[in-house]
Amino acid sequence: MWQQATNRRRKHVLEWLTEKVILVTALISILSILLIFYFVGRKAVPILTNEVIQQTANLAEFFRPNGTTPDGHTTFIWQPISERPKYSFIPLLLGTLKATIVAMLVSVPLALLAALYTTEYAPRQVREYIKPAIELLAGVPSVVLGFFALVVMATWLQKLFQFEMRLNAVVSGCALGLAIIPVVYTVAEDALSAVPRALREASFALGASRAQTLLRVILPAALPGIFAGIVLGFGRAVGETMIVVMASGNAAITSWNPADSIRTMSATVAAELAEVVYGSAHYHTLFAIGALLFIITFVINSIGDWVIGRLNTRLQGAKR
Amino acid sequence: MQRARYFAVLLICIGLLCACAKRVPQPRHQPNASAKTSNSITIKGSDTMVLLGQWWAENYQQAHPQLIVQVNGGGSGTGIAALLNGTTDITQSSRPLRDSERSEFRAKYNHELIELKVALDGLGIYVHESNPLNELTLAQVREIYAGRITDWQNVGGSPGKILLYSRENNSGTYEFFKEHVLEKEDFTPRTQTLSGNAAVINAVSQDISGIGYGGVAFAKGVKTLAIKRDSQSPAIPPLFEYVTSGAYPISRFLYWYLPNEPTGEVKKLVDWVLSQAGQNALKEIGFFPIGQTEHVATSN
Repeated sequence: MWQQATNRRRKHVLEWLTEKVILVTALISILSILLIFYFVGRKAVPILTNEVIQQTANLAEFFRPNGTTPDGHTTFIWQPISERPKYSFIPLLLGTLKATIVAMLVSVPLALLAALYTTEYAPRQVREYIKPAIELLAGVPSVVLGFFALVVMATWLQKLFQFEMRLNAVVSGCALGLAIIPVVYTVAEDALSAVPRALREASFALGASRAQTLLRVILPAALPGIFAGIVLGFGRAVGETMIVVMASGNAAITSWNPADSIRTMSATVAAELAEVVYGSAHYHTLFAIGALLFIITFVINSIGDWVIGRLNTRLQGAKR
Repeated sequence: MQRARYFAVLLICIGLLCACAKRVPQPRHQPNASAKTSNSITIKGSDTMVLLGQWWAENYQQAHPQLIVQVNGGGSGTGIAALLNGTTDITQSSRPLRDSERSEFRAKYNHELIELKVALDGLGIYVHESNPLNELTLAQVREIYAGRITDWQNVGGSPGKILLYSRENNSGTYEFFKEHVLEKEDFTPRTQTLSGNAAVINAVSQDISGIGYGGVAFAKGVKTLAIKRDSQSPAIPPLFEYVTSGAYPISRFLYWYLPNEPTGEVKKLVDWVLSQAGQNALKEIGFFPIGQTEHVATSN
């Protein structure tokens, strides 16, 4: 009797302990996110509070036209080392946006069609090779992708489109696209295969062809999940650094032309933070860029998560 | 639920941001420089000078195999930061230290750092090998990089847009160029920035309409232009005799900075670098020796 009771108590303690250990590990990851946000924020805040720094770097400087082009138009300029430092975020935001849009245009169709093929058409054996192959792409280090873009893709694309600048938004966008294909593919594939079998069978039973079923039944049912994949890929593209450092040309040009070189926010932080004068306006501005990036990706990921939540409720509704 | 949880995290983050707004961050790192006694020497700094430092290290180590000399790049700024933090024995810099950096050092260590001119570097203006152009005036180079001249035919070349390549703004070469060629004007935003001398050379060598700048030592696979000080003066190519005599208009000193008067192994290395043997080694990798009078007193 007594022996049994201690055994049970020991079991109980062990269970309690396991649970707490798991809880702590979960909390550590949350805590690290909060700490990152706290420290990035703390370094960015002098932009809003410190008067000396605000003389050169402030919100108006970041978002209003702050210089002129060589031919005399007012424009937005990022030129932190200068007689009068110019810290406009606009060319950097524009550069990030251009690369991201190109990346989405490249990766979304490819990833979606691949996902459709693997879930709907591919025989089982083929699927078992395609899936891990695409997911392997996620394991390629971005520095390798960047190098590939710099050396190979830039030359091809320049020949193809007659680009004036060899490294530009299209080249870096295409390389970014390669990086986010697995992100979009994985989530979209999950969403497509999560569509209940009953829906499919009902559609066939009503006499719909394979293509009709795919377009009218399966795609709409999986749409929220596909959208979530796209949003996650977008978030990844915005924050990706190494590829754009290597393949974007790093010229902060304020223009919508995708054939111009770009300088993204992440690349700017990566290139300049290492050697900026500690505590200077430039230093805190770089942290402000970091904070802005953090906020953008956080918001985008929140949207993605929210959409996945919707997908789940919707599919659970469909089961009944 | 999901959404509510996300908002909760967002609120906490905003709360933290507000909380930290009130504090005045004043972190200061402690000096941790200590006299190195082991037989290894760390050299850090300018990317332009990495090759040079390694060349010296290799040559010196042949005669002193028990000594380990580590040479790292990262840029002049990185090297100077390392000097301030006491994590390097010698800093290589392709620009003289700013007054602010000197006073920061003084404030931290209560004495002046040691500055040595160790070599001379000609800054070459590179173009593609097939570019018919052979010379530019300093003013033309400035106009090109400020974005006021955008076509090769305006400087005597064949028609075509000029594509500009430059270094990242943390490089000593960038600062030197900005100060001495651009006369402190801004680079045009269309300038593409690359992260090293080799990257600039590589880009220009592949780009028929490209122009770049950097140490003459690196100029392989590209054409370096002869430079005229003004439109009347002769065009001077960045050759040994013209750079050392000062006739070539874009040249600069390269520096070593030491936190203290050199002693022991560091002193021996410094003396060797400034000696005839060390200076002769420069020529083989495309840098230029400086006249013996240019050195600071420690060299004797």
